[in-house]
Amino acid sequence: MTATAPPTPVELMTVAGSRLLRDGRVVFAGVGAPLEASVLAKRLHAPALTIVLEGGSIGPRMLPGMLPVSTNEMRAAHDASMLTSINDLFLYGQRGHYDYGFIGAGQLDRFGNVNTSYIGDPDDPKVRLPGSGGANDIVSSCREIFIMTRHEPRRFVERVDFVTSPGYLSGPEARRTAGLVRSRPVAVVTDLALLGFDEETGRLRLDALQPGVREEQVRANTGFELLVSETIGELPPPTDQELSELRWLRDGNRDTSQTREVTSAP
Amino acid sequence: MTSAADKRVTLADAAALVRDGDTVVAGGCCYSRTPWAMLTELLRAGRRDLTLCRNLMSYEAELFLTTGAARKLIASWVGIGLRWGIPKVFREYVERDPQIYEEWSHLSFGMRLMAASMGMPFLPTASLLGSDLLERTPAQHIRCPFTDELLVAVPALVPDVAVIHVHRVDAEGNAQVEGPVYMDVEYARAATTVIVTAEEVVPSETIVRHADRTVIPGFVVDAVVEVPFGAYPHECHGRYEADFAHFDTYTEMVNGGGVDGVQAYVREYVEEPGSFAGFLDLIGASALLEQRRRALELVG
Repeated sequence: MTATAPPTPVELMTVAGSRLLRDGRVVFAGVGAPLEASVLAKRLHAPALTIVLEGGSIGPRMLPGMLPVSTNEMRAAHDASMLTSINDLFLYGQRGHYDYGFIGAGQLDRFGNVNTSYIGDPDDPKVRLPGSGGANDIVSSCREIFIMTRHEPRRFVERVDFVTSPGYLSGPEARRTAGLVRSRPVAVVTDLALLGFDEETGRLRLDALQPGVREEQVRANTGFELLVSETIGELPPPTDQELSELRWLRDGNRDTSQTREVTSAP
Repeated sequence: MTSAADKRVTLADAAALVRDGDTVVAGGCCYSRTPWAMLTELLRAGRRDLTLCRNLMSYEAELFLTTGAARKLIASWVGIGLRWGIPKVFREYVERDPQIYEEWSHLSFGMRLMAASMGMPFLPTASLLGSDLLERTPAQHIRCPFTDELLVAVPALVPDVAVIHVHRVDAEGNAQVEGPVYMDVEYARAATTVIVTAEEVVPSETIVRHADRTVIPGFVVDAVVEVPFGAYPHECHGRYEADFAHFDTYTEMVNGGGVDGVQAYVREYVEEPGSFAGFLDLIGASALLEQRRRALELVG
């Protein structure tokens, strides 16, 4: 067995994200790291996880080295159990069939509100971002919401400039009053930490650190005051198996010293 | 047996069904099954001031903005594809005038077309609640008259024209697709005029044999155009993969030249080839066949 290279920040985050997904559930995954985390989970500890993707793909089994760049393309539909319309795909969620919603974030704040629309004043924006896509719909309807993003001060801001995809807004009462009763923000996974939400205030709370990361590092990269769990855990480092599987999925090159596998990843 | 209506026309004839200022919805999603041949025909025909609508837009958005073909976009996402980052020229346009872009979430956009497709003036949804998107669209809060649940009502969007690219269609317009249907069915039902382009126009017998695969009935279709590779450089499920190298070419032109880069792209890949067939000639048979091979490898 060859030595496995240490994990990159994105790999740390992706592996930690994959571990949040339980077997037998349904996850609506956004493109990029959330999708990779979902495919990895299905490959390793959650073989009965159903992945659903925005373009209408239900239960796809993506090819290693050919993960989709957009959730609408052919690669995202590979070996799916069902290909349906986009409205149908979302409406299963609105009906309450999706356990997890897993999205990325351009900018997010202490209440887990996500902005992928405007940096600055929306009437006179500094930067126009690509927009919601399905993220707003995912956080409005999927039962448990996970968010995955790099941990940087420019991303973790006191208050987002624009709420594209609501978290707790300004707290649990605000969320209820807004009519957001079908879903609940649960965790934010980053390359530095695993964050949860305080149920009383709806504020982000530091629950566990990525291996080797110090609490001060998390604070320095967070643009607001984080709540801190009474006992901060440390996430177990990615195993060699998690890393080699993830790398195989991403680049399609199987380490020849490993056992031979089927060509199609579940 | 009486013969069915024959709606086959050329791309140029189909383009004449679109008038300046129309609201046009384009089928597919992002860089999948985009009616590229028809959209670029609208550019060649010099259409102006359209409102271009699409669930997720790829770089057709920038071609339409910089040529003046569109003055407004309605969508839930505008980019190229995740790998190519924030679209530079779209940014520039919206940062100058945020009014040119009406932003929805994917489902709330879809429910607008769904409402129109059902002949209803609105539909309720659980999306947009609590978000700032709600404040910047015509969407309204609504209470369910039966349960009092707080929801969002989105207004029907009835496009003047829907342009949709499919795998096969007969002369009457009965259309079949392979792979995901995206929002094409809702678009076709919702729009006043429907233009269908297809990889192949087939005899009615071929459609009849697998009528359960027909997703758009001929009676809603106004024009049928046979355009092999009609979504290229975007993908068509099972027929050809998207040409990412071509996306890179576009991105390089835009990163170097901004609006001028987009206009140079339009000159080189839309206007100068003179027709969609001319564009495909420019791409070349070997590149097209390579993309076809890759698609067959994935789906075959």
